[in-house]
Amino acid sequence: MKARIKFRKFGAMKFIGHLDVMRFFQKVMRRADIPIAFTGGFSPHMIMSFANPLGVGVTSDGEYFDIELTEEIDMGAAVECMNQTMVEGIEVVNMVPISDDKKRTGMSIVAAADYLSNVKNDAFPENWKEKAAGFMEQEQILIVKKTKKSEKEVDIKPMIYKFEIRENGVYMQVATGSVENLKPEVVMQALGQYLGADLEEASFVHHRLEVYALAEIGKSKEFVSLDKVW
Amino acid sequence: MRKLALSDDILLKVDKPARYIGNEVNAVMKDKDAVDIRFAFVFPDVYEIGMSHLGIQILYDMLNRRDDIWCERVYSPWTDLDQIMREKEIPLFALESQDPIKDFDFIGITIQYEMCYTNILQVLDLAQVPLFAKDRTEEHPIVIGGGPCTYNPEPLADFFDIFYIGEGETVFYDLMDRYKEWKASGKSKQEFLEMAAEIPGLYVPAFYDVTYHEDGTIASFEPNNEHAKRVIEKQMVLDVTNTYYPEKPVVPFIKATQDRVVLEIQRGCIRGCRFCQAGMLYRPTRERDVEMLKEYAYKMLKNTGHEEISLSSLSSSDYSQLEELVTFLIEEFKGKGINISLPSLRIDAFSLDVMSKVQDIRKSSLTFAPEAGSQRLRDVINKGLTEEIILEGAGQAFEGGWNRVKLYFMLGLPTETEEDMKDIARLADKVARRYYEIPKDQRNGKCQIVASTSFFIPKPFTPFQWATMLNREDYIEKANIVNHEMKAQLNHKSLKYNWHEADVTILEGVFARGDRRVGKALLEAYKLGCIYDSWGEHFRYDLWMQAFENTGLDVAFYNLRERDLDEILPWDFINIGVTKKFLQREWKNALEGKVTPNCRMQCAGCGAAIFGGGVCFEGKN
Repeated sequence: MKARIKFRKFGAMKFIGHLDVMRFFQKVMRRADIPIAFTGGFSPHMIMSFANPLGVGVTSDGEYFDIELTEEIDMGAAVECMNQTMVEGIEVVNMVPISDDKKRTGMSIVAAADYLSNVKNDAFPENWKEKAAGFMEQEQILIVKKTKKSEKEVDIKPMIYKFEIRENGVYMQVATGSVENLKPEVVMQALGQYLGADLEEASFVHHRLEVYALAEIGKSKEFVSLDKVW
Repeated sequence: MRKLALSDDILLKVDKPARYIGNEVNAVMKDKDAVDIRFAFVFPDVYEIGMSHLGIQILYDMLNRRDDIWCERVYSPWTDLDQIMREKEIPLFALESQDPIKDFDFIGITIQYEMCYTNILQVLDLAQVPLFAKDRTEEHPIVIGGGPCTYNPEPLADFFDIFYIGEGETVFYDLMDRYKEWKASGKSKQEFLEMAAEIPGLYVPAFYDVTYHEDGTIASFEPNNEHAKRVIEKQMVLDVTNTYYPEKPVVPFIKATQDRVVLEIQRGCIRGCRFCQAGMLYRPTRERDVEMLKEYAYKMLKNTGHEEISLSSLSSSDYSQLEELVTFLIEEFKGKGINISLPSLRIDAFSLDVMSKVQDIRKSSLTFAPEAGSQRLRDVINKGLTEEIILEGAGQAFEGGWNRVKLYFMLGLPTETEEDMKDIARLADKVARRYYEIPKDQRNGKCQIVASTSFFIPKPFTPFQWATMLNREDYIEKANIVNHEMKAQLNHKSLKYNWHEADVTILEGVFARGDRRVGKALLEAYKLGCIYDSWGEHFRYDLWMQAFENTGLDVAFYNLRERDLDEILPWDFINIGVTKKFLQREWKNALEGKVTPNCRMQCAGCGAAIFGGGVCFEGKN
């Protein structure tokens, strides 16, 4: 059977990169005696897939990975076991059973994510919140996307689903996943550019709130957090 | 939540910020106000190297078992952070508390190899602690050094308050207790050092004066303080089963060089290879009880979540319970997706069988360390491996499906001739020939024989401690001879030859057998910008040579002469149990090509029996 684990990443743990977080959780599985399944072959590895990698420096309340189990377990108890061998800065929030359907792994169904992004210094003009109201009023939000060979302009506005000014920063819901992916720093850069701020100086703090899949509910499609779709 | 010593901006700018944040699983957190002693344990190299070191894990666990001590870890900041810390004057901090170590009671530095010496100065410098022991006062931490290089601590004598000679498990608690008494008494640092100097195994370099003859050799080495012992006895744990060993080693977030559970199965080695320092220092050989190791395997795997377990010791095949232990590990853990990483073993039916169980034959290789190409020279160095044993082992392995062999050799050994060097290539070729004796339809494509050579460096407390080294050009010439001979072999297409750089060898040689005076060159090299010398990309031979020139020290004096048997050697004041008489006898045997049997075959009377345990008394109780 398969299960999805949701965890938070905060504090000093934001400096641990994605690959190391994966390795960290492989060790958590062993410490907590989670009966995780292995692949075959001469060097078997754990069947574990992470939904959407989080950049170094970013904290999160909604990180996910899927695992395959060899037997049914009490998921509440498993969460407790995992949290008992945890470090400060990682906390397992819940563990839910999910469909065995291969197409429905966390990796493939991710469609959107919520972020809070704050400006860390005073690189933005003082009255930026008033001015920022017009950011989403633009017809297009063009950014320059650099690849190895070329530079091209891309309109990121269709990938920004929600955008609100909150306290000292911005709340946004943006396209995330394997089809379309927009990083919060790109939005903040575009906003800075719109405000005429000195982007060399600007530095941001990003926090991921939640990751969503696009689920069909009745006739409509809605974003539903990953621990609610299975 | 813990406050980090470095800002987010810095941590996001440097490579691998996980090196500096601590917070790992099993890292020990304490209330700093509830402890009496704060101990910073330093490994003077980058985090990934230092975290792989078993010794620190053992002592970290041991010190932290006491409620009155908080032992924390410190590693050398990588060059990127080093620069930032200097610019911004950020004091070096310990990983657990993130507090500056200049405020600690002790800075303990483990000294594992000569090429980390500049990093020792880096650590003290970044910590904002005076480099010279004489410039440090009661306000500064006590700087104490330990580890294999302290068997000749003299090149570092000016920078340390105390050296701990020997295994760490014995007198640390004693020293801590004395320190607490001293701290409460309000006495001077001098008085503390006098107290420390009376503890067995502890050496306070400031309490000794060295004078020199005109030719540069040592004329006298005398205590100048009545509390200082004339001879420092090596410390050793006799019972390695009932002693400290960590059940919960710290688990790094980033991949360390040794990212696994390590079981140290024994200390010491029965073999008596004449070039090997560890083989003499850790005499007598002491085995850990196999039941204890099994229990620790369980606990440590469970507590760390590591996916690999390895065994550690010198000459692991000599561990008497090896078969039982390895069989247990395979049966117990292989099915749970745990890799069993084997140490290099003598090749025989047993080792080939377990290797085929835990490794992919197609991907793994066999390792032999003949160390010398000819039997004559192997007799000189007392390496018991013969050509027959190598060819027999390789043959068995080839028939079992292996087709890759690694061979390790040394160049520059005493009495070495051109024929000995060429025999390295010839031996490699014989191994390849053995492979091609197997009918074509039964073998697995071509074979690959990789021969590697390093340059021999005479080390203190070995029978070769009197031997001369060579200069850089001679070393390179030797490697060229081997390389040329490799190309002349029948199976040269199946042979590969690697050799080490000669530059580092020269410096290691100077520091391995150097005296107090070479500390000047060390400091000068550091000031010129030398750091991370064990890292090829940072090693600056030119700066080092300049440092020697600037300080008026002559590399040739340290490297290019055979020492007289009656010369006072800088490390003569240390007693490791093995006597100088024995080493002299062995040096003579070496020159005569006479082999000395291993400890289990026949006692050679080395002197280590004085400790009253280990292999010397096996079967006698």
